[in-house]
Amino acid sequence: MKENLKKMPKGGLGQLTIPVIAVALLVIFNLIRDPGFFSISITHNNYGNAVLAGNLISIINGASELAILAIGMTLVTAATKGQDISVGAAAAIAGSVFVKVLKSGADITGGTVILAFICACIVAMIFGAFNGTLVAVFNIQPMIATLILYTCGRSIAYWINGGATPTVTSPIINAIGSFAPGIPIPMPVIIVIVVAILFKLLFHFTSLEILTQSVGINQSAARLNGINTTFIKLLSFILLGCCVSVAGIIGVSRLGLINHETLLLDVEMDAILAVAIGGNSLGGGKFKISGSIIGAYVIQMLTITLYAMKVSSTDVKAYKAIVIVLLVVIGSPVVKERFEKLMKKRKALLKGGEKA
Amino acid sequence: MQERALLEMRGIKKRFPGVRALHNVDFTLRKGEIHALMGENGAGKSTLIKILTGVYQMDEGNVYVDGEAVAIHSPQDAQNTGISTVYQEITLCPNLTVAENMFIGREGGAFVNQKEYRKRADEQLQNLGIPARGAQMLGSCSLAVQQMVAIARAVDMQCKVLILDEPTSSLDDKEVNMLFGLMRDLKSKGVGIIFVTHFLEQVYEVSDRITVLRNGELVGEYLTEDLPQVQLVAKMMGKSLDELSDLEEIGSREAVAGEVFYEAEGLASEETNPFNFSIRKGEVNGFTGLLGSGRSESVRAIFGADKVTGGKVNINGKEVKISRPIDAMKSGIGYLAEDRKRDGIIADLSVRENIILALQVMNGFFKPISRSESEAFADEYIKALKIKTASSETPVGSLSGGNQQKVILARWLLTHPDYLILDEPTRGIDVGTKLEIQKLVLQLAKEGVSVTFISSEVEEMLRTCSRLIVMRDRHIVGELKGQDLNQAQVMKTIAGGEAE
Repeated sequence: MKENLKKMPKGGLGQLTIPVIAVALLVIFNLIRDPGFFSISITHNNYGNAVLAGNLISIINGASELAILAIGMTLVTAATKGQDISVGAAAAIAGSVFVKVLKSGADITGGTVILAFICACIVAMIFGAFNGTLVAVFNIQPMIATLILYTCGRSIAYWINGGATPTVTSPIINAIGSFAPGIPIPMPVIIVIVVAILFKLLFHFTSLEILTQSVGINQSAARLNGINTTFIKLLSFILLGCCVSVAGIIGVSRLGLINHETLLLDVEMDAILAVAIGGNSLGGGKFKISGSIIGAYVIQMLTITLYAMKVSSTDVKAYKAIVIVLLVVIGSPVVKERFEKLMKKRKALLKGGEKA
Repeated sequence: MQERALLEMRGIKKRFPGVRALHNVDFTLRKGEIHALMGENGAGKSTLIKILTGVYQMDEGNVYVDGEAVAIHSPQDAQNTGISTVYQEITLCPNLTVAENMFIGREGGAFVNQKEYRKRADEQLQNLGIPARGAQMLGSCSLAVQQMVAIARAVDMQCKVLILDEPTSSLDDKEVNMLFGLMRDLKSKGVGIIFVTHFLEQVYEVSDRITVLRNGELVGEYLTEDLPQVQLVAKMMGKSLDELSDLEEIGSREAVAGEVFYEAEGLASEETNPFNFSIRKGEVNGFTGLLGSGRSESVRAIFGADKVTGGKVNINGKEVKISRPIDAMKSGIGYLAEDRKRDGIIADLSVRENIILALQVMNGFFKPISRSESEAFADEYIKALKIKTASSETPVGSLSGGNQQKVILARWLLTHPDYLILDEPTRGIDVGTKLEIQKLVLQLAKEGVSVTFISSEVEEMLRTCSRLIVMRDRHIVGELKGQDLNQAQVMKTIAGGEAE
């Protein structure tokens, strides 16, 4: 036992401590409540494919859009010390563009889906660049700057498809939103993994991470070290734009239609929350993408747990708020400091005991 | 006649995990005395002061005020005992009025009588001869006046012991004199003042007694007039004066006859008037002048830190355009900024990340420095510059000022600059590190690097520079070389003595 303690890395999990503990607590709580809560079964869906099913799968699957948005939100938070509250509205725009392009052809082939995705991605990146320009060039506070798109985004989405909420029926779209033939894991989950890997590669092959952190921690010093701070901030918004388009497309594909009013409604707050639960400071600077992703799963697990407990959907938000208050308070520097002091005292006591 | 001790600290001991911060330290402050507390970084000055102000609790020892034992468990206790502190960074609110700042959080609760406060503030300010009015916004006052308002607040709280922690580090000479006037005034009113500073001259100008700490232990208490400056330095550093004399020998260097590396003609930024400037390979030059004379602004223009508005720049005889820091860096120029906290360190990032930052930026976005490579760089410079840090992964913000400065120096050295601009690299750091930095400058010059070295301590520049550019009111008013490189001539030129 003692050996194990010694082997623990100094400082344990660091900023991931809180989100990992939150996941563990939710898992334990659910297992006590219902030992079979996380059991996974294999069923056959309407297309006759063998697929995995169960609460665990629906949690991981359901959090996909949130996890992807949280990745981009982490970067924006780190670089600009602020958050983008327009991601839901921007996702509605990206989703509308996606459907518009799909509908423009005669039938939906792999090619048109890729084309539609590229179009949606470009449009979302342009809107990201718009937000980014307001923040990076005009020095407007991120929340204020993105309030503009937050307000008008869903109207723009409405115009794109002429006010209609067109449906798209295609096995390809269905595959993106649920399961691809022969793969028992939900497609959105795979997309999250792909996006996470892409970002990991981005950090590996560029110096984006240290540059973003430097800009977020000390912009003045970053500039005097030759960093183009405007570019870094702008880039964070454009990358978030990419994430937004992917999330929007998953959302559209799940339902097989674009509803500009309800697609990813209120998701921005959950995305910001995921960043915070992940132990990232909303004041910018140092960040960990993995924390935000875990944060997204914590939020989704919480929601599903509450639904499983037969809490009505109107009440869920209130219960969620209680848990989130707890998480945020436990993760706050004040509590951390107290806790560290307590641990130090305990250590001192243990040492004294050993000597005796 | 033995004056009565106002404050006595006896046998103070304090340990932090792994560090003995204070060991059996005694300190005595008499009524109406200005007592300088001296020591290098890490000597225990801050710890002693924090114990006195209730921020830390001592492990062992006794504190007596007016002969009575007191227990100080919180800053509130300290205030009630009559101990007030004015910190290095002003801790007042710039967007409140002077009067509000003087009375905030002290009395009256939520309902304050603004008029009454302003009147009382005006009286107190006038009493102390502080040029501010109660109704004025604090932010509209100069730093010195803000500092003095903080002192006025302490005085108004009937403080017997006033602690001034590095009060002069961001003031210019005139402001320092104003502050000293106020300190002497308070002294005559019987207040005991503990004065912590890095400026040796100021200690001799204003203090009556000096207590020196080293490595958490008391070295001794001396009457200022009995302790020559060199001896004070020796006591603080705990070593012989060889190192100092080393530098003295090299001092007043010959002008260098190398090729011109950098040449600017009519260079101007938003913050400067057009000026001409050039520096040779292996030359060390300095910019001097009072605070606000434009010395920092000039080097910022060279580096492209402020918006450049005109001028022609040649590097190695070829014309280049430097409008942003990255342009300067690519031309082989490095710049250590004056304000370490604001423009230098990335506090939350590790020592390693701080060291590689400039090189990483120069390498470009698509060429990240690998982890192992950056660790090797960091270890190399931690060793070379003797940076005291637990590891290369320690956040740089938790290092002492001198070591932070070394990290930033390492950052620029790693880029192997041809021309290094150091703006106040020795400010707010201990004597030992100051010497190390000066030596490093001379070493770099020997290797052919051009260096611009700016320091508000003229002696440091006289020791290291072979050419001194003197500025006044944003204009270059003189250039001193060879025989003219002495304190008197510098002062004369700064003050406009060439007309004599």
